[in-house]
Amino acid sequence: MRFRWAEWQLVLPLGMAYAAFFLVPLALLIAVSVFADEKITTLGLATWHKFLGDPFTWKVIFDTVKLGCLTVAATTLIAYPLALVYLGAGPRWQRVILFVVILPLLTSVVVRTFAGIVILGREGVINQTILWLGLSPAPLRLLQTEHGLVIALTQIEMPLLLLPLLSVMSRMDPSLRDASAGLGASKWRTLFRVTLPLSLPGLVAGCMLVFASCTTAFISQFVIGGNRLVYLPLLIWQQSLVVYNWPLASVAALTLLVSVGLGVAAISALGRRSRAYAV
Amino acid sequence: MAARIRARRRRASDLSYSVVIGLLAGIGLLILIGPVVIVLLTSFTQGRSIKFPPAGLSLQWYQLLFDPVRSSQIHRAALNSLEVAVVAMTLSTVLATLASVALARRTGKWARAVDTFFMSPIILPMLAFGLAALMYFTFMGFRPSLALIMVGHIVVVAPFVLRTTSASMSQLDPALLESSASLGAGWFYTFRRVTLPVIAPGIAAGAFLAFVASLDNVPVSLFLAGPRSDMLPIRMWGMMESMLDVRVAAVSGVLIATVLVLMLVMERVVGLTRRLRD
Repeated sequence: MRFRWAEWQLVLPLGMAYAAFFLVPLALLIAVSVFADEKITTLGLATWHKFLGDPFTWKVIFDTVKLGCLTVAATTLIAYPLALVYLGAGPRWQRVILFVVILPLLTSVVVRTFAGIVILGREGVINQTILWLGLSPAPLRLLQTEHGLVIALTQIEMPLLLLPLLSVMSRMDPSLRDASAGLGASKWRTLFRVTLPLSLPGLVAGCMLVFASCTTAFISQFVIGGNRLVYLPLLIWQQSLVVYNWPLASVAALTLLVSVGLGVAAISALGRRSRAYAV
Repeated sequence: MAARIRARRRRASDLSYSVVIGLLAGIGLLILIGPVVIVLLTSFTQGRSIKFPPAGLSLQWYQLLFDPVRSSQIHRAALNSLEVAVVAMTLSTVLATLASVALARRTGKWARAVDTFFMSPIILPMLAFGLAALMYFTFMGFRPSLALIMVGHIVVVAPFVLRTTSASMSQLDPALLESSASLGAGWFYTFRRVTLPVIAPGIAAGAFLAFVASLDNVPVSLFLAGPRSDMLPIRMWGMMESMLDVRVAAVSGVLIATVLVLMLVMERVVGLTRRLRD
């Protein structure tokens, strides 16, 4: 441990950058939120009272958390089976799947939001397919609806769930699944008793990322959901850049921070609980 | 008899497993790759509106996009984004590499806490940080500028470098460091000749991720970009908002092609996809 101080010196530049441009701004966010007026002159909790006393606020918070939960559920339902296929695939297909996961991850979120419009629009891909199959006589309205938004966010967030999941899957001991099959367990039973419990850490990490990302995805929410579906990011944007009420914007931003934090903590706790039961 | 029934039931159950999992996984693959393909094809449309499949193929929207006069605002925004991304990538790579060299091998309570702190921008709502940064810089008397966006981006993209570099640090054999030190090499010499060659691919992968993350960043740019410092994702948002401008598809096409090429290069040079998975 001779180089102890020398090593901490290496941490210092990034630490100072984070202190100056990350910690202090976040502290400022809290400070501004306890001013009672738009001009930021009088201290007081009036902004908090006004914001949290409004039933509309609670509806927006509820909708934001609900959007997060729906997206996490939809993403898991689609992404987990793909991870299972990855698990059983040969090295060549594993490479293909990994590539297909990472390409959209590196493609701009705005581009993928734009894809959402092309897919969900009145003459979009989904509606054309539905009309062609004769499932509905008229095109469905998907843009500016919650389920349309969940579909778009599922497409946008899926790589975030898959990456930690594939990471855990690729480290899993294949002999455990072989043993389960050899002992006569069906594939479903092996999935729920062996693979799922073992992959839980990756699933939980992925779900946390998806929840945190989709609840704050302002442009996707705004462009796909329209301005009739109100989520916390829209309130933050309106109050800060349209109305210039910074205390209220700060209160909304902190509310988002706490809601996302609680949601992520809940997912993490759920993961720990189910792990204790599964084993 | 009972055994036969059980075996048949088992086969049916396994078949249902294969069908359900295969179907969902197929949908998953479609959802992952479909949008990218659809956007690419749409960008070659001949029509004046965005439709899939496109009405006839042409390069007219790319021509319009590359027209220096009629698309000058988009070019300005793209150059700004590129400039910010290069600077944010470079600085965050240097800072995060230094920090991770010191932190990655430490298991102490403080080292873990500092590491968690450095990684926190990944899970924190970036929109809240964007607003905080806007107020901070405004109170300090700065006008919106590219420099401020660069500073904001450094904080947001540093975790990517930190993660990939730390991962490659864990592959470094401590015996190498010890033997280098016992042979009389100074700290910096050891770093340059022993540590750096081992972790260089991790640093490169992290730098690439940082570059892409800065280029795509919305929540920080949204607050810090001004009329004179327009950023590409924000401009694209504007193009989607009012009259849906088909040039968005062309910009997307260019971005997808760029990412694809860079990704293939990085895959060759540093094995990007495996590094991201592990």
